[in-house]
Amino acid sequence: MAEARPGVLTRLATTARSHVRSFGFAHGVHPPEHKELTAHLPIRRMPYPNEVVLPLRQHAGKPAKLVVAKGAYVERGDVLATADGFVSSPVHASASGRVIDIGWWPHPDGSMAQAIRIEVAPYSAQVARPRMVPDWHGLTHDEVIRAVQEAGVVGLGGAAFPTHVKLAPPRDLTIDTIIINGAECEPYLTTDHRIMVEYPDRVHFGVRIMMHALGVRRTIIGVERNKPDAITALERTKPNDLDVAILPLTVKYPQGAEKMLIKSVLDREVPSGKLPASVGVIVQNVGSAATLAEVFETGLPLVERIVTVSGHGIRRPANLIVPVGTKTRDLLDACGGLTDDAAEVIFGGPMMGTALADLDAPVIKGTTGVVVLAHDEVRDQASLPCIHCGRCLEACPVFLDPSHLASLARVGRYEEMAEAHLADCMLCGSCTFVCPSNIPLAQLFNLSKTALKRRPAVTA
Amino acid sequence: MTPSVDRSMPRPAAMAAGHSDGAPLVITASPHLKGRDTTARIMWTVVATLVPIAGASIYFFGPSALLVIVASMIGAFLVEHFLGKGGTLRDGSAAITGLLLALTMPPGTPMWMAALGGAFAIAFGKLIFGGLGFNAFNPALLGRAFLQAAFPTALTTWPKFGGSWWALRGDTFALPFMHPHETAVVTAATPLGLMKFEGKSTALSDLLLGTTGGSLGETAALLILVCGAYLALKRYLDWRIPSSVLGTVAAFAALLHFANATRYPSAAFMLLSGGLVLGAVYMATDPVTAPVTKAGRWAFGIGIGVLVVVIRIWGGLPEGVMYAILLMNALVPFINRLTRPRVFGAPRVKVTS
Repeated sequence: MAEARPGVLTRLATTARSHVRSFGFAHGVHPPEHKELTAHLPIRRMPYPNEVVLPLRQHAGKPAKLVVAKGAYVERGDVLATADGFVSSPVHASASGRVIDIGWWPHPDGSMAQAIRIEVAPYSAQVARPRMVPDWHGLTHDEVIRAVQEAGVVGLGGAAFPTHVKLAPPRDLTIDTIIINGAECEPYLTTDHRIMVEYPDRVHFGVRIMMHALGVRRTIIGVERNKPDAITALERTKPNDLDVAILPLTVKYPQGAEKMLIKSVLDREVPSGKLPASVGVIVQNVGSAATLAEVFETGLPLVERIVTVSGHGIRRPANLIVPVGTKTRDLLDACGGLTDDAAEVIFGGPMMGTALADLDAPVIKGTTGVVVLAHDEVRDQASLPCIHCGRCLEACPVFLDPSHLASLARVGRYEEMAEAHLADCMLCGSCTFVCPSNIPLAQLFNLSKTALKRRPAVTA
Repeated sequence: MTPSVDRSMPRPAAMAAGHSDGAPLVITASPHLKGRDTTARIMWTVVATLVPIAGASIYFFGPSALLVIVASMIGAFLVEHFLGKGGTLRDGSAAITGLLLALTMPPGTPMWMAALGGAFAIAFGKLIFGGLGFNAFNPALLGRAFLQAAFPTALTTWPKFGGSWWALRGDTFALPFMHPHETAVVTAATPLGLMKFEGKSTALSDLLLGTTGGSLGETAALLILVCGAYLALKRYLDWRIPSSVLGTVAAFAALLHFANATRYPSAAFMLLSGGLVLGAVYMATDPVTAPVTKAGRWAFGIGIGVLVVVIRIWGGLPEGVMYAILLMNALVPFINRLTRPRVFGAPRVKVTS
């Protein structure tokens, strides 16, 4: 029937649009990538350190509840602390050994946190106890969720949001697409890149489990175009029986931010203050997908992760399999130690990562990388007044007016900042990166967010 | 059962996380990377692109031009140095103000007036508001407005173009309160003055190259455009502002010219004469006194363009660029508020606050 077919003009317009669409989002910045330091290096396993320290708080949500006592001997993969409620995640021993202490320990976020110290058994082969591997085929949605939670899987992209919570979206929302985040837009980091290149089948297996659990028929893996080998590897191992597509994305920071990724991949805009599920999407990191595959292949919970150690302040940059709880000091030593002009150790990428206050702070589940900056790379602390050049407005991926917000922050007008959509700021730092006057915008916004949280709600 | 927690555990050496050998590590807030452009770099690049324009003015108007530039910059520097917050000379904004102000003055302006103008521009155009970034009006134009109000004769006396390069173009070395010196300088009206009061046009080639009467830096339209294009390419100025100013003037003037060719000058004449190009490229684009949003910058430029034509055609003055920009400067906060972009994920309906 000729009438039923879309008109020539409509078809032309659709074709044109698909060619014009660049699979990107508006605004954003282009920081130097520096990925060449580690992008070509295969993932290696680091030797077990003498001691691991496992904080009870490694994920977004309530800290885990302690179930071991000082002096206990634990095997790799044993439960040390259980999830405290649904939005929480258990902590497992990342190495066999003796619990020598339970108490306060420096946390990578700069605070102190309750942590379990394990003296690693020096002659242990570090093989996990044999365990039942749940057969995901036969599991219901709820059983998959429980298995994922019990394995302590959290988002490995940095935020460490428990994966099982994301797999259980509110029942009134229909999820039609899973987006796998392989953007890895932070400079220096190549963790996800190497996972996609070396373990593409694990990523696809993880996707298969998620699609099964959620009953979702479509998955799109978004990868920035600067990782052609990752795209090739994923294409090569793509399953034939599932609707999985690999989508090359514009290279731009913050492409890997959930809302930006959804905009780039599906051209959907997550409403302000809402979750991705409200537009029918669930986003998972490629590392989380690969870990999910491992959990259902071997039964081993999340006890180790892949960490990029990079930067011009480290002697031998590397992509390493690191037991969770490895102290930064040991990790840096495994990479040849710091160079003489090392100036700052950052957990995570250099755009959103946190500078480390103590080298005893351990690698946790959400640690995507450790970047050591050299002296000349450290940001200057002096700043000039705002000259209203407008660059921050052109950089902000969520279209805020950072210069206006900063002037409010300086005088403590936090309520007005809230009205000006401060909550939509995800602290990506794009504004700060481009600011010619070197104004610490992201820091001001972070402080303002904290101040607003502390303040009792003001009634008008 | 709550397992006991040993709170007396020795607190590890927190902070000052020095590695065994080498300097202590620092802790700064994210992001830890920084783009290459700095405010000082932007400002000094603008100064650098003004140098050829200043050079052209010296070539056209002789030593007087150089002396006016030097005097104006000294005035600006002294005030910035002694009244500024300290160290602010390095950001380069005082250099821009002093230089730009000089470029708006007639070649024969006495040096003391130029210096006073530079001092006024920095003190009352910038520092009184709180320094760089806080001023509402373009400091150079405010200085120029002050001079024109205080010394209307000196600021509207234009030496005739040409003659010996060495000849002074006016009472350059005059002192305050001195009676006007009867110099041999031949004065002539500027192209805009000729047009307004005598209905005479000037050859476009003269306007383009700068071989005509006028203020120091406003005559060589082509050179200014080239320098401005360089800054726009480096993204040190927003091309939207000069484009919308010049585009609006061209469109408006062309419309008038089309309606009555004998009464209204052509669009090309309007574009190239007076301080329009200098104003559009270097004054209206001052980021401090221009809107921050893209839409706002278009609106700002269009507003300036319309005002320039209105003042030139129907106003009492032959030139209106200065007042057009200053007037639009005053509207910048409103333009910013009205053109703030829609926040990502916010409802598309405009919410007025």
